[in-house]
Amino acid sequence: MSFRIIVLAKQVPDTRNVGKDAMKADGTVNRGVLPAIFNPEDLHALEQALRIKEQRSDAEIILLTMGPPRAAEIIREALYRGADKGYLITDRKFAGSDTLATSYALSLAIKKLKPFHLVIAGRQAIDGDTAQVGPQVADKLDLPQITYTEEITKATTKEITIRRRLERGVETVSCQLPALITVHSSAASCRPRNAKLLMKFKHARTVSELQEESKDYTEMLTSKPYLQIDEWSVADIDANTEFLGLSGSPTKVKKIENVVFAAKESVVLSSDDKDIEALMKDLIDSHVIG
Amino acid sequence: MNNIFVYCEFDEDHIADVSLELLTKARKLANELGCKLEAGILGHNLKGIEKHVFPYGVDVLHLADDKRLYPYTTLPHAHLIIDLFEKIKPEVALFGATSVGRDLAPRIASKLKCGLTADCTSLVFGDHKDNKSGKEYTNLLYQIRPAFGGNIIATIINPDTRPQMATVREGVMKKEFHSESYKGTVKHIDVKELLHDDLFPVRVVERHMEKRKVNIKGSPVIISGGYGVGSKENFDMLFELADILGGEVGASRAAVDAGFVDHERQVGQTGITVRPKLYIACGISGAVQHTAGMSESAKIIAINNDPKAPINQIADYSIIGNIEDIIPKMIKYYKKNTK
Repeated sequence: MSFRIIVLAKQVPDTRNVGKDAMKADGTVNRGVLPAIFNPEDLHALEQALRIKEQRSDAEIILLTMGPPRAAEIIREALYRGADKGYLITDRKFAGSDTLATSYALSLAIKKLKPFHLVIAGRQAIDGDTAQVGPQVADKLDLPQITYTEEITKATTKEITIRRRLERGVETVSCQLPALITVHSSAASCRPRNAKLLMKFKHARTVSELQEESKDYTEMLTSKPYLQIDEWSVADIDANTEFLGLSGSPTKVKKIENVVFAAKESVVLSSDDKDIEALMKDLIDSHVIG
Repeated sequence: MNNIFVYCEFDEDHIADVSLELLTKARKLANELGCKLEAGILGHNLKGIEKHVFPYGVDVLHLADDKRLYPYTTLPHAHLIIDLFEKIKPEVALFGATSVGRDLAPRIASKLKCGLTADCTSLVFGDHKDNKSGKEYTNLLYQIRPAFGGNIIATIINPDTRPQMATVREGVMKKEFHSESYKGTVKHIDVKELLHDDLFPVRVVERHMEKRKVNIKGSPVIISGGYGVGSKENFDMLFELADILGGEVGASRAAVDAGFVDHERQVGQTGITVRPKLYIACGISGAVQHTAGMSESAKIIAINNDPKAPINQIADYSIIGNIEDIIPKMIKYYKKNTK
């Protein structure tokens, strides 16, 4: 039996550098103008899996993501870096899922990929920053969890040893397998794409993508079955729709507001010596400083 | 009416500040609802710990004292809290958004199938009417947090599941005694009965905890830098100014992500919330992610070469220009005028 590692990843809008055009006049976010990227900490998670694969010839890495059809892009990115296979869970019925509904769907998909040794996810995604999906998937699978992984120092088929990055220090723990771990941004960055793997997998597609491109794919998929990225719908993972999407999400968004500052009467100064000196005098005289 | 619960984080020999801040907030929420405040402490050698939390207005303190509960691991803590919640059925449950709280709360929420909101910056009660069903709710917990990288503010509610769970970062709420002589009752959790071997698949081999090196939360003056500072080297200027003014250096998330300074200096929703006498924001545009953590500063100076940067709207003084020009001048004129 291989040492199977399932890496959970999410395609996210790049919220780190949101320009002015990313906000619509009504204060909502214009997702369309933000580039969709491989969630940064999920790349760190993939790297941890790749490192195990370097150590263990029996390791097999499966990338699992849930999202719209275009999220197949991050599966290809993972294949280019050394993942063996990818699955995309995609269905309109997932729309509006909060972390609880998302973890329900992911846990069902993971159950279909049994037996596995390790589930690795990024600590959190930059569009929500909740860090909840990892622990919630672990709960639904009845797995122990180790969050904030900085480095996997040892992995056998029975046990894993991990250094965790906490707020004020580090902790080394060992844990029985199977387990779920989440990876912190202080862990090693992911390696770049491998040129050979890029050539091998650049035509990897989901069936919906092939239909979209109106390509005849039967021949391609028969001769090179590894180019097929599997898509799973609600039915494929035997999910109960009641626990998905809005109905499966206990948290509801009551209100979204654009950020409006109560504008203060701000004194505008230049960088002239005169202005800066007056400011510093002012602060000293009013005992704010000094 | 069911009560409000706060998970109090036990750290070596004391209760974490964030937990005491949450107790302060939760006491006020409990008064609004007319219910009691309950708290839980899980750890080891907890004798006498109750006197540290009762002054914050705790009515019922649940204690679980066992050597297997410290250092923290997920499963035993989750198991005991889930069991407790099934018995006391809290209306609201609050956790610190710390390494422990963010590991524990989602696990509990998943088991109880209830809603959880991370990193709230404000918690208030409010009403709600469901547009579809027409059902009306009173006194729901509005869990308010910046979202989408801090570009919008979302109000989240959990209409139908209990407890309504939320995590809050350190410093967001203020720590304040309710009454020094306040006395609640202690209830002991039957740890021996509830814990079993299956809950310990994780073994802590080694721990290196450091005392906090920088204390930006307690600093009266904070010089904060953003991505606009440009480099690690340029941050040296900020350190120099902070040194002269007797302050500390803070940073925005973008500056931390860029590797200019350590995460422990990060101010904002996913960092620390500060309320200094003077906050100087250098090269920080002013995304909510950041301003959520500093907008209550007594005086704010923004230094930015973009006159339209949102930070200017909350600043008392906006200096338009380059920090490379301005900071050395601030140092120069501070020295000149304090001699």
